[in-house]
Amino acid sequence: MKVAVVGAGPAGVRAVEQLVAAGLTPLWLDEAPDGGGRIYQRPPAQLSRDARRLYGFEAKRATALHATLDALKAHADWRPNTLVWHIDPHRRRLEVLSAGTQATLDFDAALLCTGAMDRVVPVPGWTRPGVTTLGAAQIALKTQGCAIGDKVVLLGTGPLLWLLAYQYLKAGARPAAVLDTTAFAHKARHAPGLLAGGAVFWKGLYYMAAVRAAGVPVYEGVRPRAITGAGDQVSGLAFETARGAARTLACDAVALGWGLKPEAQLADLAGVPFRFDADQHNWLPERDIAGRTPVPGIYLAGDGAGIGGADVAERAGARAALALLEDTGRPVPQDTVAALDAALARLAGFRTALERTFPFPADLARAVPDATLVCRCEAITAGDLRAAGGTPATGTARELNRAKAFTRLGMGRCQGRVCGPAGAEILAAALNREVAAIGRLRGQPPVKPVPLAEAAE
Amino acid sequence: MRLKRLRDAGRAPIALTLDGAPVSAQDGDTLLTALLAGGAGHLSPNLFAQEPRAGFCHMGACQDCWVAVDGLGRVRACATPAADGMVVRRL
Repeated sequence: MKVAVVGAGPAGVRAVEQLVAAGLTPLWLDEAPDGGGRIYQRPPAQLSRDARRLYGFEAKRATALHATLDALKAHADWRPNTLVWHIDPHRRRLEVLSAGTQATLDFDAALLCTGAMDRVVPVPGWTRPGVTTLGAAQIALKTQGCAIGDKVVLLGTGPLLWLLAYQYLKAGARPAAVLDTTAFAHKARHAPGLLAGGAVFWKGLYYMAAVRAAGVPVYEGVRPRAITGAGDQVSGLAFETARGAARTLACDAVALGWGLKPEAQLADLAGVPFRFDADQHNWLPERDIAGRTPVPGIYLAGDGAGIGGADVAERAGARAALALLEDTGRPVPQDTVAALDAALARLAGFRTALERTFPFPADLARAVPDATLVCRCEAITAGDLRAAGGTPATGTARELNRAKAFTRLGMGRCQGRVCGPAGAEILAAALNREVAAIGRLRGQPPVKPVPLAEAAE
Repeated sequence: MRLKRLRDAGRAPIALTLDGAPVSAQDGDTLLTALLAGGAGHLSPNLFAQEPRAGFCHMGACQDCWVAVDGLGRVRACATPAADGMVVRRL
């Protein structure tokens, strides 16, 4: 049996570990050169790889995952630097691109561990050089030893906002300010639900306390107004405080992000149905707790199957591999299955509490000014989208893919990864509909740009 | 924008060009780091919006950091290791 595992982050590594233990030699594909996913991405060998400094409290976990990853490479058909750009669930084929060479690879079952990326809300000026996602600012620090500027403002909400502030502080790049769109009172109200997270909760509190103790200006319950600047230089961030006062902070870089969204394009192409999850405020591919989807032979794990974080991803990867093995008639250790199911159920409760503590600011997305770009690839503004969508009475484009056809929003190089969530909110508001009724941008092959000659083969 | 280097300063220097101008960088840099820590300010402009861009996600997803490299064609600067002697152009 040929099992394909896409992704070598926490979920992919633990999935391959189970498959190899069962005597299989999985086909293992990852777009990055060295695996690890985003959270445990290692710097190139020329840079220091001191785990304590790179991963902080997660150093032991990161080191353990890297050791397993490196040991497994020889036991799998390991293909780094390989983009999977299409999946055909009926013929059970992957289309892949590696070092400029196109290949078609067959599989009997596929386990997709495709990860996540930042979810963003457009702010006037957000396409200027000097503005990145929170994830980008973290990758620059972790894998390149760089801050994204000299005076960096961190804006958004969620655990990553505070973790990144702490990491910048520790690295000697004291943030100019941290702006959380979630009010302190809201977070405090939801804190009791987070107690189930145990150490994760306490670490989060520690990061917040450390940032404040270091004297980093912290503003909570803010509304960002504009990132100012000229040419390729950011000069400041204008915002409204929780009390409605207009403020401006001088800075030369802004990192922003409001939680994560699954990179679920391959699951989409594989025919997995999606549902709108109100707590995550994301469209998620349908799967059971073990990672089985309604599509035979297709399994999902990790953040690509719904945001859960690295600890969940490791367990979900192992669990999905065991489900795959069980479904193909192989014996699996039932005590391991039971332990994983219990842990995943417990962690799912914590994740729900976390999402409620740091909610996606749909109101901010709905209020993006007409002149602001929403789709950075095709340069489509919020006004373009509103005009195409029509009014609640006319409802010209009552669904996001229809609006895409009218405006080209989401049709560019990134395939709507960046503009999709905000675009849906803007259209929903224009039509006075629930965002879940607006739909989601459907995945299209290739999921990332490939040279025309390769795609034509 | 300018990326600020915080550590690993002792790496071997490498030299690239961007649109013919020299850029000094360090072995182990991605092309994005090499250019944006080296003073390029921005990468290729967005042709629809007519404005400079410099990458947004640094994880190979947003496609906002494309540049052309002799011998490699169009690449994502964030996902391409910088190498000594690279000849880079903005698109």
